[in-house]
Amino acid sequence: MSTAHVDLTDEMGHEDHGHHEQGFVSKYIFSTDHKIIAKQFLISGIVWALIGGLLSVIFRLQLGFPDMDMSWLSPLLGKWINIDPGTGVGKLDTGFYLALVTMHGTIMVFFVLTAGLSGTFSNFLIPLQIGARDMASGFMNMLSYWFFFLSSVIMFISFFISTGPASGSWVIYPPLSALPQAMEGSGLGMTLWLVAMALFIVSTLLGGINYIATVINMRTEGMSFTKLPLTIWAFFLTAIIGLLSFPVLLSAALLLILDRSFGTSFYLSEIYIGGEALPNMGGSPILFQHLFWFLGHPEVYIVLLPSLGITSEIISTNSRKPIFGYKAMIGSMMGIAILSFVVWAHHMFVTGMNPFAGSIFMILTLIIAVPSAIKSFNYLTTLWKGNIIFTPAMLFSIGLVSFFISGGITGIFLGNAALDIQLHDTYFVVAHFHLVMGSAAFFGMLAGVYHWFPKMFGRMMDRKLGYVHFWLSFIGIYLIFFPMHYIGIAGYPRRYYSFTNFDTFSTFADLNSFISLAAIATFIAQLIFVFNFFYSIFRGKKATQNPWKSNTLEWTTPINPGHGNWPGAIPKVYRWPYDYSKPGAKDDFIPQTVPYAETPESNLPHEQELAGLESNNDNAIKVD
Amino acid sequence: MQNLLIGASVVVALLVLFMVYKLATLIHVAKGSKTDEDAGSNTVNGYLMLAFLIIGGIAATWSAMSYFDLYNIPVASEHGVKTDKMFWVTMLITGLAFVITNVLLFYFAFRYRYNKNNTATYYPDNSKLEMAWTVIPAVVLTILIGYGLKLWNNITDVAPKEAEVIEIMGAQFAWRVRYPGADNKLGKYDYRKIDDSNAFGMDLSDKNSHDDFVPREIHFPVNKPVLLKIRARDVLHSVYMPHFRVKMDAVPGMPTQFWFVPKKTTEDMRKETGNPDFNYELACAEICGKGHFSMRMLIVVDTPEEYEAWKKKQKTWLAQNPEYLAQVPEELKEVAMLSAGIENNESNDSSL
Repeated sequence: MSTAHVDLTDEMGHEDHGHHEQGFVSKYIFSTDHKIIAKQFLISGIVWALIGGLLSVIFRLQLGFPDMDMSWLSPLLGKWINIDPGTGVGKLDTGFYLALVTMHGTIMVFFVLTAGLSGTFSNFLIPLQIGARDMASGFMNMLSYWFFFLSSVIMFISFFISTGPASGSWVIYPPLSALPQAMEGSGLGMTLWLVAMALFIVSTLLGGINYIATVINMRTEGMSFTKLPLTIWAFFLTAIIGLLSFPVLLSAALLLILDRSFGTSFYLSEIYIGGEALPNMGGSPILFQHLFWFLGHPEVYIVLLPSLGITSEIISTNSRKPIFGYKAMIGSMMGIAILSFVVWAHHMFVTGMNPFAGSIFMILTLIIAVPSAIKSFNYLTTLWKGNIIFTPAMLFSIGLVSFFISGGITGIFLGNAALDIQLHDTYFVVAHFHLVMGSAAFFGMLAGVYHWFPKMFGRMMDRKLGYVHFWLSFIGIYLIFFPMHYIGIAGYPRRYYSFTNFDTFSTFADLNSFISLAAIATFIAQLIFVFNFFYSIFRGKKATQNPWKSNTLEWTTPINPGHGNWPGAIPKVYRWPYDYSKPGAKDDFIPQTVPYAETPESNLPHEQELAGLESNNDNAIKVD
Repeated sequence: MQNLLIGASVVVALLVLFMVYKLATLIHVAKGSKTDEDAGSNTVNGYLMLAFLIIGGIAATWSAMSYFDLYNIPVASEHGVKTDKMFWVTMLITGLAFVITNVLLFYFAFRYRYNKNNTATYYPDNSKLEMAWTVIPAVVLTILIGYGLKLWNNITDVAPKEAEVIEIMGAQFAWRVRYPGADNKLGKYDYRKIDDSNAFGMDLSDKNSHDDFVPREIHFPVNKPVLLKIRARDVLHSVYMPHFRVKMDAVPGMPTQFWFVPKKTTEDMRKETGNPDFNYELACAEICGKGHFSMRMLIVVDTPEEYEAWKKKQKTWLAQNPEYLAQVPEELKEVAMLSAGIENNESNDSSL
């Protein structure tokens, strides 16, 4: 059955490849080729990451240097810099500060680390690593990107409207986000945010359905689930999580739209604002929080799991060792995927939710630390007694493991309801999630770009610049977020424009300046990457077919794979992807396409038996 | 400023590190072939891993110690002492895990850096080892959960009957508090009755509201349980009293509460911190709009005597806004004037 299917796509692939020249538009813009779509997602993601990073630099200036004259920013920000007519000193608008925070969060979480990460690597690697010509539906895949693009355009436009973009923070809790009279950003900016996010969800679902269908149906012969690279396992589970949780965000957003524009009271009750009592009664803001975090928490893993998959692959390849505990890695990812759906209310311990519910969610939350711990230990053991080659991708992967551990550990504090009373909504939380989810996922994404760049563009990125980029980013990120824990333990609340109003929060002005300087330096360091990336696309050193001596299938394609990926038949898979440094083997890697029959010198006893079966199978097919 | 200098010197150190690295690679380039160059970079990166571990470790320890007094803010509530203890116990356990795992990570990276004479060890799994690091974190976490749950259940348990009940209401962008007055009962409210003066929407047909008072700052008695009745008027807010380790959202349409026992008076804290200007503060911890960062209210913790005296001194809200007597039903008016302390001061005193 599956052989027949493969043959069919085989034929089609050939035809596509050989018989007609594609125009520029259908090749690079409205392309249905998963590799082009992946690059579209990647470049959009990079653009968004720069915008998101720039926003954080602006609000870090405000936080680090509250007395600074910001009038020099008014050419960029216009009326959002309030210039004192007497002194000429410019101050960032307090409402716009919140808009910056909101858009930074939205952009980074959704546009960079969801679309930019899954969109790039699920698209690029799933067909290449499972041995498929393309995605299950190339058309849906194309739609997925263009819905994302439309969503991006709308979100971007919201920066330029007179009331400014959404500013109720990325969690858009009503009533603040529901009432235009509560803040400027809750007017048209919020409407655009909701429309953009609705389109974004459509994009994510189109992509996710495709990833799942492709992984289930289109694996090449021999590529059983137990031979899948961990990257694919991670993308597969991520897509499932997304498919189950994003629709909940859509319904939450829909009810919010109804409350905003159609007079319903899903989230609104007993509100007196702007000098009048609103008629809404009986709604619950807590309902929104439940719905939001039902997506919001799995979203953390949607962001993180692809990165963990990518680094599993990279760490194994560059340690020249099999990933330690392949099955445990899959098991813990499954555990994380399931548990991620039952921990959402740990974001809500002090929202007035019933404390008993808090107890249950506290237990479930701390359980999720176990699979995460297993993953960390497995990474460490993979490095142990390896022969580690520090490619830039490898460095970023090691960086990810460090962030994952450092940021994960503070999760044990925050998952504890009793401790969360004090720590909730302080900088401790900011430091926690920026390390464990933000920086870790971001490093996974960068690692992936460095590692698969040769496959994407047929050229290598510059190694040295990669090293400099890594060390500046790695040190920079720790300089930003490590000291931030102190500010958090001291109780500084999030989303504060300045701390000068409170005696309690006036002790860390110097450290805040330091963090801001580190943030600016780290942002500038990313420009090294941007240069390296775009320069190498055109001028990079030509890549070889398998530059990292890796086992997975994508490296068996031509250096510049065309439409359909493999010019001939799709290769068959015989073994798992992690046969590195196998005792007795000629090389320190054995690609998945090498049958056990060809490697009698390195086969383990049970593999030797498989080698016998292989040749039988091959004969059977030949007879057929 | 001193810290800024330290920060600047760290940046300089980074630059130096970068220069050294650049120099090292240049030397390797000068020395010979391309493969050597790669091997050279690999060694440099291996040593940088080690250097990061050592320098990072020192910097983390040093900063954690030198900032300790700044981030370990004094605690002034009964449950806060316990949660602080739990915080540091958790810090000890997780800190240990943090140090061990990070040391292993960077040490392994350094120790097992590429060497062309070495081969990596084929070591795909070990079920005993994996079982061990599944069970150990599970056991440790179970202990932490048990400890945490006990604490959480105590903190969120029903408030003692003798607790002082105080209402806190968040509104853009100020807090307001209401005390129940002499009868120790807060009057009913209805958000539709809110107007410029009646910020709480007090329902004056309820006689319990007549003696309620609305002061400009919060007072708590020391060593007595305080039950905060929390609500919000417009959007979400969050009652946050850092020194008491208290945080609870204020939700429009859904009253919430939090009870705790203040253990130190403002005077005690002034002595303890050596800061004669020390004040307890109430802040907002849930984004509520452009003035979110400015929702400050002063808290004073009094001795029981001072507290009672302060309460006696407060004028009832109705007495401050006598025009609202019109909203009081006819049959309650006389009692209302009595309990609100309007016109006849002697009778008011006797009612206390």
